[in-house]
Amino acid sequence: MEKSSEKSNWRNGTFYLNPYLGGMFLGLVLLATFYITGRGLGASGAVKNTVVTAVHTIAPRHTENSHYYNKFISTDTQPMNNWLVFEVLGVLAGALLSGILYGRLNFKTEHSPKITTKKRLIFAFSGGILFGIGSQLARGCTSGAALSGMAVLSAAGFITMMAIFGTAYIFAYVFRKNWI
Amino acid sequence: MTGPLIPMGYIPEAWNNVIAVLLGAGFGFTLEASGFSSSRKIMGTFYGYDFVVLRVFFTAAITALVGLMYFDYLGWADFSMMYVLPTYLTAAIVGGIIMGMGFAMGGYCPGTSFCAIAIGKIDALVFTTGLLIGIFAFSEAFPLVEKIYESGNLGSIKVSDSLGISDGVFTFILIIVALGMFFGATLVERKVKKVEY
Repeated sequence: MEKSSEKSNWRNGTFYLNPYLGGMFLGLVLLATFYITGRGLGASGAVKNTVVTAVHTIAPRHTENSHYYNKFISTDTQPMNNWLVFEVLGVLAGALLSGILYGRLNFKTEHSPKITTKKRLIFAFSGGILFGIGSQLARGCTSGAALSGMAVLSAAGFITMMAIFGTAYIFAYVFRKNWI
Repeated sequence: MTGPLIPMGYIPEAWNNVIAVLLGAGFGFTLEASGFSSSRKIMGTFYGYDFVVLRVFFTAAITALVGLMYFDYLGWADFSMMYVLPTYLTAAIVGGIIMGMGFAMGGYCPGTSFCAIAIGKIDALVFTTGLLIGIFAFSEAFPLVEKIYESGNLGSIKVSDSLGISDGVFTFILIIVALGMFFGATLVERKVKKVEY
C-alpha cells in the first residue's frame, strides 16, 4: 500500500514529462530563442568561450597568433560572444529547478551494474574529450549544430545530426556492456 | 514587431544576458524534466529500451521549424534574418562521427551533461571536464586540423535547396519521417527487455 502511493508520487524522482510534450516545450523555447535573438540554443560554445577567455588571459600573444583562438577573442565588434555562457548558467539553474521539483537531486555516478564506477568515469571522461574535439570541428554540438541547425533547415544541421546518431548507433554496439 | 527582436533593435543590448539566462533556464528545465539528466535514459535510444531522446529531439526540431515558418508567413519574423549554420561538408561529417563516438562512450552530449551536473551526477562532471580538455586540445592542435576544418565550404545552404525542393515540402516529408520513426520506436520498445536504472 505504502509502496504504490510512493510510486504515484510525482516528486519521488521517477516522474518525467511526456516526451512529445517535453519536445514541444523544448521546441517552443528554441522558437522563442530564434524569435528574440536570431540564433539558436547552444551548449559546447559556452565551454569554448571559457577556454578561449582563459587562454587569452594567460597568454594573449598566443591566442592572437592562433588561427583558431583569434576567431573568438572578445572585441567591441563581437558583443554577443558571452551570450552562450549566460545561456548555460540558465541551463544549470533550469535543470536544478526541475531536479528540485521532481525530487532528483543527489550525488551519484550512474552506470550499468555490469561495470565499475571507475570504468564508467574513464569512459565519461574519454567521451567528453571526443565530444569536445568533434564539436569544434563541426562548429557546434547536438544543441548548436544539430537541433538549432535543423530548426532553420541548415544542411549542416541535418548532416551533423545524421553523423552523430548514425555513429552512436554503431558504437553503441561496441560499447553495449557499458550500458545494458 | 518583426523578429528577430534583438538584431532588429527592438530590445536594447543591455537585456541580452538576462534573456540568455531566461531562455537557458527554459532549455535546462525541459531537458531535465524530459529525463536528459540520466545517461542511461539517454542511451536507451541506442539500445531500444527507451526512445525518449528520439522523441524529444525530433518533436523539438519540428516544433521550432514549423513555428518559424508560420512566424515568417504571418510576418511576425523574418526567416531570412535567422542564423543558418554554414555547411562545411567534410568538417560536419567528421566532427559528427567523432561526436557520435563520444556519445556512445560518455552517454551525454554537452547540453545534457550540464543538466546532469545540476542535479548532482558525478559522471557528468567528469564528462564536462573531458569536454573542456577536448576543446582546449582541438584549439591548440588547430594547425593540424585546419585543412579539414575549412574544407568543403558550401556556405549557409538550406537542406531543402540542396535537395531541390521547397521548404514546405521538405518539412512535410520530415514530419512524415518523424511520425514513422515514433511509430517504429514504440514497436521496438515493446519487444526490447526493459532496463532498470
